[in-house]
Amino acid sequence: MTTITYIEHDGTEHVVEAENDSSVMRGAVDNGIPGIDADCGGECSCATCHVIVTSNWMEVVGRPNDTEESMLDLNPEREPNSRLSCQIVVSDALDGLIVNLPEFQM
Amino acid sequence: MNQLATKNPFGEDPWSMPLADIDVSRPELFQTDTLWPYFERLRKEDPVHYCADSQFGAYWSITKFNDIMAVEKNHQAFSSAWGIVLPDRPEDFETPNFIGMDPPKHDVQRKTVQGVVAPANLAKLESTIRERAATILDSLPLEETINWVDRVSIELTTQMLATLFDFPFEERSKLTYWSDMATSGELAGGPTPEPVRRKALLECLEVFTKLRDERIEQPLATDLISMLAHGEDTRHMEPMEFLGNLILLIVGGNDTTRNSISGGVLALNQFPDEYQKLRDNLDLIPNMVPEIIRWQTPLAYMRRTAVEDVEIGGKRIEKGDKVVMWYVSGNRDEEVIDHPNDFIVDRPNARHHLSFGFGIHRCMGNRLAEMQLRVLWEEIMQRFHTIEVVGEPTRVQSSFVKGYSELPVRLHARA
Repeated sequence: MTTITYIEHDGTEHVVEAENDSSVMRGAVDNGIPGIDADCGGECSCATCHVIVTSNWMEVVGRPNDTEESMLDLNPEREPNSRLSCQIVVSDALDGLIVNLPEFQM
Repeated sequence: MNQLATKNPFGEDPWSMPLADIDVSRPELFQTDTLWPYFERLRKEDPVHYCADSQFGAYWSITKFNDIMAVEKNHQAFSSAWGIVLPDRPEDFETPNFIGMDPPKHDVQRKTVQGVVAPANLAKLESTIRERAATILDSLPLEETINWVDRVSIELTTQMLATLFDFPFEERSKLTYWSDMATSGELAGGPTPEPVRRKALLECLEVFTKLRDERIEQPLATDLISMLAHGEDTRHMEPMEFLGNLILLIVGGNDTTRNSISGGVLALNQFPDEYQKLRDNLDLIPNMVPEIIRWQTPLAYMRRTAVEDVEIGGKRIEKGDKVVMWYVSGNRDEEVIDHPNDFIVDRPNARHHLSFGFGIHRCMGNRLAEMQLRVLWEEIMQRFHTIEVVGEPTRVQSSFVKGYSELPVRLHARA
């Protein structure tokens, strides 16, 4: 299990024990964290599981791949550290990860 | 189920006819609401189905949820550049727009206008929508038969569209007219003769060109015309491409929400226990909204064209073939959605539906659509105990726009 903190846009923090090899999106959805819709169910096809990774974690988490980039790119509220959380695989290396949720999913 | 018992307009038995003869693209099947058994059979027996001969030529039907998702994701093999509806574009009247394009051009044009329906912008629109919905609902007579489509669905979506374009408000019915003309052409199997359709669309171009010329002289504003007029990548659009993008935004913002507004009323009447569940708990409205959009599926399909040989669901699709993703069928796929024919206001995971599409062409206005429906239903439930459907709806003659021209209802006030 890996500890992940999700911070809602209004500052509310949720600390979750996520299962390794699942996704950061699943960690939120399975634990009822508001603010992640994940309409497509983890297919990298809707961009409604958008998170903003805290900058000191960006190196560990890594950059989006081409498919993810093409979805993120259409979001006007995209930030430099934006990722789709369904594409971030949970592992020991992410223990302590902090992600911020955008004001809206679109 | 009553919808399966409706008389088939072709005198066919969809369950026993040869699979090869099945042609789900015929608008009459949608107009008579007799499409369901065809798709049910295809999902069971031939989920990736080839129709060799139709009024639109040969095409593949993708009928299962997960196969549709696979096509949506693979925009490299399944191109939108030949159009997203079944009929090919008439060569002498091409109206290119970004939904019918591939990256990179698609991305730049979409990005120019995406901001207008971004959630941050929508928050500012919510009170306007609520005010207008209230005014419309308050003007309706009780205990009298009225056409819900005209009085509410069209009126509310047209007002919204006029606001998004900052279109002269008193002339807003033109938007509805152009939208209807755009989608009802005879080439798409609809009732409107092609010359009539073209004349209407050229008039649309003329009016909007005038508005664009005015707005280019003014500072950038948050309406769609101003955004297109000032946008780096859209300001020099050729007239027909400008028209194409206008039609896309008008139809996208009009037909779809309009028919979901009507569809929701019909669904609650067909499932009265769900209506009661809603009355007992108005907090279900936000969850009911995506369920309405799934159940109605206001656009029945999107088309792609294979640009390489590709296998899907065990079938080999060849370069150049037309491929139709039937959202209306995928949204009733029992392997992905429990009791898919039922309308369930508290359905778990209701957002997992195909009506907005997936991938890079996913509906740009999805959040606006959801917000309009949510606000409207909040206002409806404040006022009416029941919107009673008192006659058969009249459905549109189209296999693309799955909608209604008439829905006779009587309103009963809250006790």
